[in-house]
Amino acid sequence: MTATPSPVLRTTKPPPTLSVRLSRMWGGVVTALTLLLAVVWFFPLYWAVITSVKPEADTITAPPTLWPKTFDASSYTYIFQNSPIVRWYVNSVLTTAIITVLVLLLSMLCAYALSQIDFRGRRWLFWLILAGFMIPFQASLIPLFIFINKLGLVNNFLGLILPQLAAPIAVVIYKQFFDQIPPELGDAARIDGASEWRVLFGIFLPLNWSITGALAIVTFIGAWNNFLWPFIVMNDTARLTIPVGITQVQSAYGVAYAKSMATAVTAAVPTILAYLLFQRRVTEGVMATAGLK
Amino acid sequence: MLKTAPSRTTVLSPQKQVQVRKRWLTAALMVAPFVLIYLLFLIYPSLRVIQLSLTNADLTGVGRNVGLSNYTKLLREPTFYTALLGTLYFILLTVVPNTLVGLGLALLVMRLRRLRNVVLAAFFLPQVLPVSVVTSIWNWMLDSNFGLVNSVTGSTISWFQDPVWAMPAVALVTIWWTVGFNVLLFIAGLQNIAPDIYEAAALDGAAGWRMFRSITWPNLWPVTSLILLLQLIAQFKIFDQVYLLTGGGPFDKTLVLLLYSYREGFQQQHGGYASAIGVVLMVIILVVSGVQNRLLNRGER
Repeated sequence: MTATPSPVLRTTKPPPTLSVRLSRMWGGVVTALTLLLAVVWFFPLYWAVITSVKPEADTITAPPTLWPKTFDASSYTYIFQNSPIVRWYVNSVLTTAIITVLVLLLSMLCAYALSQIDFRGRRWLFWLILAGFMIPFQASLIPLFIFINKLGLVNNFLGLILPQLAAPIAVVIYKQFFDQIPPELGDAARIDGASEWRVLFGIFLPLNWSITGALAIVTFIGAWNNFLWPFIVMNDTARLTIPVGITQVQSAYGVAYAKSMATAVTAAVPTILAYLLFQRRVTEGVMATAGLK
Repeated sequence: MLKTAPSRTTVLSPQKQVQVRKRWLTAALMVAPFVLIYLLFLIYPSLRVIQLSLTNADLTGVGRNVGLSNYTKLLREPTFYTALLGTLYFILLTVVPNTLVGLGLALLVMRLRRLRNVVLAAFFLPQVLPVSVVTSIWNWMLDSNFGLVNSVTGSTISWFQDPVWAMPAVALVTIWWTVGFNVLLFIAGLQNIAPDIYEAAALDGAAGWRMFRSITWPNLWPVTSLILLLQLIAQFKIFDQVYLLTGGGPFDKTLVLLLYSYREGFQQQHGGYASAIGVVLMVIILVVSGVQNRLLNRGER
């Protein structure tokens, strides 16, 4: 298609009236205001990054400078050399990966059986899982800790991971998804002698990659950011996860904001990257977990 | 078809019986891992918390039965009311403001065409940060000596140490951190309103505020009530930000229920008493969730 402007159309277009011009101006003002708000909202993040690359002495100069006079990576090298931050990173990466994979796998299996296999008690079981929706684990923190302690799992990665696998929401989302798949699809394979496992992994799983992707990214972000339970169950410095670990070093630094911001930025990189790379999946996951989809 | 349930009155052929047994076994194997973990780490602790709340157990879970004395003590304890009021004050400062800000931002974002995703990302990004990252950024922003906010405004308030400003400051941080979630849900809600309703209203001469009041707002109400209730439940469980920013201080001005329970349980080793606070919290949240379910089901009908 060529983009030559049509002279006919142009001459027949009436000049904008005053009210149209006013509303356009108003629209421009509102757009500018929106952009300004977005900048304000984003600013603390920018400020954290900029502070982290300033020499420590420059963070406390008045007035504050919006752009560093000299870029300085020494805060990063300092925290990497003088704190177990790399260790915490590894802990977080491993536990988060395990939690994400297991949450998806266990929930998918459970939801598939609830949705596709007719067994006695399945309705009752589904109600039990739905009820778990409302139960706040925070309210029973003490008995959970006592229980984990009795199992000998305090300061143990199993103790950190296991309670985070009880995510009824993922089961409910998967079940809703499986319920919508026409039963003929599975039945055809069953008649050919396929087992339920084959039907799930061969037919249903390929159909649900989008919902799995959305749940995976939301579970990943949630598990990476989890604070309360890791904070309660892990107290050996070497076994902390990164969100808990950085609070320790930051209080040890006192007022050393370049280093403090360097730890913050380091801890935030994975979830920010995940969000920027999979923005659409995050949106889908948020909608699903909020019950809007 | 394999999916039809065997009825109990008909006698099954041996072949069919094997099939039923096999199906049951498969289902059990698929359901067991999740259900086991779910029962052990979610259901069991939330039943046990009730039992513990009737004992004087410490953090090992061993204690004598003391009946309702933890609860009567709770009702006579001024700190409990401080924590309850603190929680309610925090809710007052966050739930409705966060919803209104979310709605406002969503309406602004929806108007945009080209920069929509970039602007949305700016509002949503704080949401994906760990809480300790959020609190350290704001400790820096609001530092009384060198923080950007005080440098720019000339204020000398030590936000998180000031009895009057500590809770509003925590609320502000919370709104900055979590509003992106509300913006997303509101955008979904706005997109669900059929364009022809707007067209019809426009033909009737509605525009601007009038359009918002009689079309957008009523159609958005289901999403709005969902957001309000989701937040209400979440904010009753407030702990992380308060613990990291103020530790409940100054002078318990930011003390909230979960933090009170944490102090009693993990710092004072009063497991039974802390469990009683937990039960109170659970009852409140179950009531709120019940209301939510009632409202949501009505919305679906």
